[in-house]
Amino acid sequence: MIPDVVAAVLVLVITAYAVLAGADFGGGVWDLLAGGAAAGAPVRRRIDRSIGPVWESNHVWLIIALVLLWTGFPGAFAAIFTTLFVPLSVAALGIVLRGAGFAFRSQVQTLRWQRFSGAVFALSSLLTPFFLGTAIGAIVTGRVRGAAGDPVSSWVNPSSLLTGALFVATSAYLAAVYLATDSERAGEPGLRRYFTRRALAAAAVTGLLAAITMAVLHTTAPRVFSILTTGRALPLVVVSVLAGVAAAILLALDQTRLIRWLAALAVTAVIWGWAVAQYPLLLPPRLTVHDAAAPAGAGVTELVVVAIIVVLVGPSFALLYRLAQRGTLSEPDAR
Amino acid sequence: MLSSLAVHSDQVIPARAQMGSSLGFHIILACMGIGFPAVVMTAHYLGLRGDTDALLLARRWSKVMAVLVAVGAVSGTVLSFDMGLLWPGLMGTYGSAIGIPFSFEGIFFLLEAVFTAIYLYGWDRLPRWLHFWTLGPIVISGILGALSVVAANSWMNDPSGYTMAHGQITSVNPVAVFFNGATYYEAPHMILAAYMVAGGLAATPYAVGLLRGHRDRYTRLGFGVPFAIVAIVTPVQIVVGDTAARAIASEQPVKFASMEYVARSTRGATEWVAGIWYHGHVIAGIGLPDVDSLLVGFSPHTRVTGWDSVRPGYRPPLPTLIHLSFDLMVGIGTLLLLWGIWLAWSWWRHRDLPPGRPGTVFLVGGALSGVAATAAMEAGWVVTEVGRQPWTVYHVLLTSQAATTASGVTGTLAATLVIYGALTAATFAVLLVMQRRWGSGTPGQPEPAVPYAPPAGQVARPPEPPR
Repeated sequence: MIPDVVAAVLVLVITAYAVLAGADFGGGVWDLLAGGAAAGAPVRRRIDRSIGPVWESNHVWLIIALVLLWTGFPGAFAAIFTTLFVPLSVAALGIVLRGAGFAFRSQVQTLRWQRFSGAVFALSSLLTPFFLGTAIGAIVTGRVRGAAGDPVSSWVNPSSLLTGALFVATSAYLAAVYLATDSERAGEPGLRRYFTRRALAAAAVTGLLAAITMAVLHTTAPRVFSILTTGRALPLVVVSVLAGVAAAILLALDQTRLIRWLAALAVTAVIWGWAVAQYPLLLPPRLTVHDAAAPAGAGVTELVVVAIIVVLVGPSFALLYRLAQRGTLSEPDAR
Repeated sequence: MLSSLAVHSDQVIPARAQMGSSLGFHIILACMGIGFPAVVMTAHYLGLRGDTDALLLARRWSKVMAVLVAVGAVSGTVLSFDMGLLWPGLMGTYGSAIGIPFSFEGIFFLLEAVFTAIYLYGWDRLPRWLHFWTLGPIVISGILGALSVVAANSWMNDPSGYTMAHGQITSVNPVAVFFNGATYYEAPHMILAAYMVAGGLAATPYAVGLLRGHRDRYTRLGFGVPFAIVAIVTPVQIVVGDTAARAIASEQPVKFASMEYVARSTRGATEWVAGIWYHGHVIAGIGLPDVDSLLVGFSPHTRVTGWDSVRPGYRPPLPTLIHLSFDLMVGIGTLLLLWGIWLAWSWWRHRDLPPGRPGTVFLVGGALSGVAATAAMEAGWVVTEVGRQPWTVYHVLLTSQAATTASGVTGTLAATLVIYGALTAATFAVLLVMQRRWGSGTPGQPEPAVPYAPPAGQVARPPEPPR
């Protein structure tokens, strides 16, 4: 019972990281594609203002997820980090460069250095979602076996690489949707159209990649595939598709109301679909949530910690978001 | 307790080097995250009581804080990854115990990140006292976050709160893990060290400015506020550190023996100041007979345990490194204590920094205090980490069993050194750029001299001291 709750909380934290921090990485993607210094300036300013106040707080969910994993399921944590040494090292590298590049860009003065730190920020924004994606792909397809898992083929294979690409596309999709909403709120209709068009394109790419990944799972993770397509996880897949389609229709109509929530719901439903389909396995093909669980004392402590986060951090997090969304926090001279 | 089936890794040296360099880099930013908010809060408080110079300092420092907290947040994340990448043998078996303090740290990390953003972006937008109070959660979560992380480290020095069977942890007592026998002295020692590092580093550029002749009030305040915090904290730190050393002598005697060159258990142990351990002898050290025993047990007859109490394979390597690191830390702490007394005396006599030529000596010391406090703090970590070797968890898990069996650590070590080198340079460069901008008042970067009333233009903005 306790291990199941801890696992569910872990999936919740991963969801928070994906829909919040994922979009911050996606911001890097759009920054990369924003064009030359002059043409891309308004886009980059919008990205700066939207991400600036919140990215660090969003980022901390990853730390919470890691801590939950290693305290709640220590053996699985060690196995994942041993087999997936390479992609997780690169993901960590991406985290450092992205954060530093972003923080420095707003402080350096000359265009040359802004360009340089901006490029570091944008390029490294691709690394982390991609390599975290390959790691999840390796887990889903049962290739994580601790020291016995293959350090290369565990993540250099079609399912893992596709999952990595899917993560990048999803991040870009979420970012475009959120940025469109933020542009609308800030009274920048030109930028809103800019981002709704890109959100629509990203939605198409993401949907396509999701479909291909699914198809590949048919052979590489047949159990997960069958539960997702015909089993208990099907309702979640349906919710995801419906939310995604609804968001796409609104985007095509250049409407920004509700799209933030629909996009986040589409992503959330996929994450939960994966979790439900993989349950009771934590590390396929054999290790279950129950067998991997730490003693009850550790599990209960984790639940207490998460309860404290909900009570203590939740309201402050909500306050930060409200201030950021009202634009109260995001004037340019605030830095 | 050692399982004969345990896997021994051949990646120990690069893994330790990578952990050491990542931690050695991050810990400086962590110190700024823990201690600097209190410095900013002090200046902000003075500012709200009417001191416009102090308010300007607080505003500028808040931007410095934001950059440092950002870099610290990501370099701290790398350490979380490193726990799994480098030490799966530790995390896989003991994660359910050592993970507990780390979990609490997560709460405080999240709080710190959220409120740092609210504070940074809250200038001119939140009501002034409410804005000031958003620093409160940052200061408190800095202290409690440090307590949590250090509790995880002290658990490795004094593991408790769990039971094992067949190489697996079977039950965990979270309270006993968190408040293990070493937490009570290690955590205060580190938190106070963070305040000394943050205060010293914040005071440094202003000490340089004063030395260059910028004697204006703004510069003196920029030096005085953070350095006063160093002066207040240092005496407490010396008492805490002395307590810690005695606790280590009784709880981790082999580490203590390396710190003090005690080869053989003995009464009337000699206290060595400096010196190199070479083939069983101390070279170039000053030996004070009986003093080590006096310090450990307040009597020259106190028996001090030597490293001969354990087999050679279970003794820490490099006693010279451990001993000199310890001496460096104590020496710097003592100098900072003297400088604090000097400041207090001068303030009591003439309500100002020490005047005249001695005043220049004082300021040179002040300008070096940040680097010195940082060196002392790093040396302290060398003592506690190298001094625990060959154990990762004292008397429970060898470092060779904790390290990863994945190949490739040499590559990630090289990447770590290159990137952290570049990051250090970039951080300094960015801080210098910010300083120059404030010094020149670059057009296009509007910054109200005083964020709250009185209206802009009425208050002269003093230049930032050049470094």
